[in-house]
Amino acid sequence: MSMVEERLSLVRYVVDTQSHIRVDFTLCSNCADRPCLLCCPAGCFTCEQGAVRHAYEGCLECGTCRLVCLLGAVTWTNPRGGYGVSYRF
Amino acid sequence: MSVRFEVVVVGAGPAGVSAAHALARAGLEVAIFERGEYPGAKNMFGGVLYGRVLHELIPNFWEVAPVERYVGRRSLTMLSADGSVSLDFRTESFTRPPYNGFTVSRPRFDQWYAQQAVAAGALLVPDTVVDDLLWEDGQVAGVIVRRDRGVVRANVVIVADGANSLLARQAGLRTDPQLRHMGLGVKEVIRLPRQTIEERFNLQGDEGAAKEFVGAFSGGVQAGGFVYTNRESLSVGVVANLASLRERRLGILALLDSFKEHPSVRRLLEGGEVREYAAHLVPEAGLAAVSALYGDGVLVVGDAAGLVCATGLSLEGANYSIASGLAAAEAVRLAKERGDYSRASLAHYERTLRDSFVLRDLHTYRRTPALLANPRLYAAYPKAVCAFLEELFMVDGRPKRRVRSIVGDVLARHEIPIWRLLWDIVRGVGTL
Repeated sequence: MSMVEERLSLVRYVVDTQSHIRVDFTLCSNCADRPCLLCCPAGCFTCEQGAVRHAYEGCLECGTCRLVCLLGAVTWTNPRGGYGVSYRF
Repeated sequence: MSVRFEVVVVGAGPAGVSAAHALARAGLEVAIFERGEYPGAKNMFGGVLYGRVLHELIPNFWEVAPVERYVGRRSLTMLSADGSVSLDFRTESFTRPPYNGFTVSRPRFDQWYAQQAVAAGALLVPDTVVDDLLWEDGQVAGVIVRRDRGVVRANVVIVADGANSLLARQAGLRTDPQLRHMGLGVKEVIRLPRQTIEERFNLQGDEGAAKEFVGAFSGGVQAGGFVYTNRESLSVGVVANLASLRERRLGILALLDSFKEHPSVRRLLEGGEVREYAAHLVPEAGLAAVSALYGDGVLVVGDAAGLVCATGLSLEGANYSIASGLAAAEAVRLAKERGDYSRASLAHYERTLRDSFVLRDLHTYRRTPALLANPRLYAAYPKAVCAFLEELFMVDGRPKRRVRSIVGDVLARHEIPIWRLLWDIVRGVGTL
């Protein structure tokens, strides 16, 4: 288990069936440095066979991805009320 | 028919709840919309709440609020790869009421704090996202919530939706922050027995410690680490500047791991069990990135407005949030008396902040964020200071060198030209 997965397993989520983040992957193919892969604290962005993938389930809702993506590929909305991350400590 | 309140507050963090509390006390009809399951569910900070402002609203709040420990010890540590130099400060005066700061767990504290506003008469609506502001004739007239028939009308809306504020942007009160104006904070809550914490951090009873770190662990990224003591856990994390993180191509989790693995940090955490992991943005640019604070029928408070002060030794936000919420409430109360919620009427809010410590502090420390962007603070200087002391304290049977020749040698080895060091000192002293 990677370190990020181990960490996320400690976080309480109410997972919605729909993603609150939309990524325009057509822009990612032209992106050389892909800061989303390194900056997302929940490791939601991964690279598989050269293509960027995004999984919203572990999102900590910080909003970093929207800011570090200078191509504007990330459209960010808040998850539905009561859904998403729920910190306990 | 739509629902109507005199005031709608968006976000049940310290800023929004303070505003709602003061307004409810003044007899206004106020609703707080919170997107989380409960106040605090989405909220995160390093861990220290400076409580003097809150003490004015709720005298002796620490006697009833779920605070963890009062901060009696503070330290600042510079880290080299395997060494550390610390400045450790403790005073009795921080250990007596009204204290200085408290470590708190936000989910617990924010729920308690919101309940105080509810007891004063505010309506708390959790599980509810506000998607947009409702505009009528160029004036904010309420909010659109993501529910059936989602229009909620209000005379004035207080935007308190946090660092990532989507509403302040939609209201045209702020643009997207520049990367260099934002920090990303990640934190772990690590459980340790109470007695272990007290022995390890040299604390008595409910006294707590706040330790801040800069140095080699961040690989040159503009970042700081922290360890704060809660009652039976530690809050451990790093805050990294987003522009610097992106530039250096380092992962935020790699930074957190490298901080936790430093020998001087590792020993503090030993035997602890990680209970939770969290992340949040910090508007760390101070005055340079403060949003417009008001418009027709709308006010912006707390992190949403960028009201965080980077003093160079720490980032302070929650106390500015509380003060801004109280100032917004006062402006709204006066606006009600006048029956005028226009920009001109709500301008009272900004005038109050200018006269209070909120905008004064941000003004006093307005040059600090630029100073903190100096990369030498995060690599060359901490390493050089540790190297200097290592040689100074080393007793190995070789003849001792004069201090000035050690300094010259250390500076050369760390590629720090003396003029640059002097310039940084002059600039640093001038800024602070």
